[in-house]
Amino acid sequence: MIELIKQPWHWAVAGILIGLTVPTLLLLGNKIFGISSSLRHICAACFPADIKYFMYNWKKEAWNLFFVVGVLLGGIIASQFLSNPNEFVVNENTVKDLKVLGVTDFSAMMPSDIFSVENIFTLKGLIFFVIGGLMVGFGTRYAGGCTSGHAIMGLSNLQLPSLIATISFMVGGFAMTHLIMPFIFKLF
Amino acid sequence: MSKTNIDNTAVEEFVCEAPNNQVKKESLASNLKYLIVGTIFGIVFVKAEIISWFRIQEMFRLQSFHMYGVIGTAVVVGLTSVQLIKRFNIKTLAGETVSIPNKTFDKGQIYGGLIFGLGWAITGACPGPLFAQIGSGFLAISITFASAVVGTWLYGAFQNKLPH
Repeated sequence: MIELIKQPWHWAVAGILIGLTVPTLLLLGNKIFGISSSLRHICAACFPADIKYFMYNWKKEAWNLFFVVGVLLGGIIASQFLSNPNEFVVNENTVKDLKVLGVTDFSAMMPSDIFSVENIFTLKGLIFFVIGGLMVGFGTRYAGGCTSGHAIMGLSNLQLPSLIATISFMVGGFAMTHLIMPFIFKLF
Repeated sequence: MSKTNIDNTAVEEFVCEAPNNQVKKESLASNLKYLIVGTIFGIVFVKAEIISWFRIQEMFRLQSFHMYGVIGTAVVVGLTSVQLIKRFNIKTLAGETVSIPNKTFDKGQIYGGLIFGLGWAITGACPGPLFAQIGSGFLAISITFASAVVGTWLYGAFQNKLPH
């Protein structure tokens, strides 16, 4: 059994479990699924700076912070005790495309060419960590949610604004991957 | 009981996109339930390799069905669950009626959505996987996470000046 769990999970298994998070949170305590709100609660708790957007009772929303600490713990548990013993597999066409851009490491879930601690104080770090992170935080709040709040929770509740947001996420992602990323990789 | 006069204009309503809609007060310890749900969620993220930058690249290059399968299945399961809860009026553990607020459209969903999408393809992470990536030992991602918090703060600071 444990050997089976250690294999990479099929998309249907992951999809079912992620989908079930929606009713689980609703029935456990009327909680609406959405992860990016945790970032707002962190701002509200740590540095509200008298900004109206952060002046609210974040303690009432503390469940969301417990949830994301759980996600962090889940990451530790899965990587420490349930890690895949086999080679990490990337689609061969993706490998080909990324090699052209200059990515050389395909052995782990994050390429060490980019996502290593040594890159923190480099141009790569500035783009992939700082600017990328700023866009994720700013964009999700501006859009009023991320993949969980809009694409999963919102679409599950048939919300048109969530469909519009989800389409916008995808358009942004395609534009970055195909139009902008080739130029970014030329910088290194 | 006589009606009391409440000055509604003085009370600015707080809108959280992922709110706690439970009326009954909860103890801090009762939040441990959500820690457990989050832990399972985090394990799924890692085991289904959703935290991988490569899986996100495969998705945006239309070279793998994996991420489409994950999100598509999740929506079907979520949609079915929500419809069942509404149809049969299934109550929460505390006996309350499930209430899911409707989202209202504003242009932020387009502008913000595009900005997030650009960032998603660079970082290979939406906010959920960020936490799981750090947990998996990709420590450089803590910079991405800190930047995402700053990005959220900047939105709060400039919210009034942005087109919505």
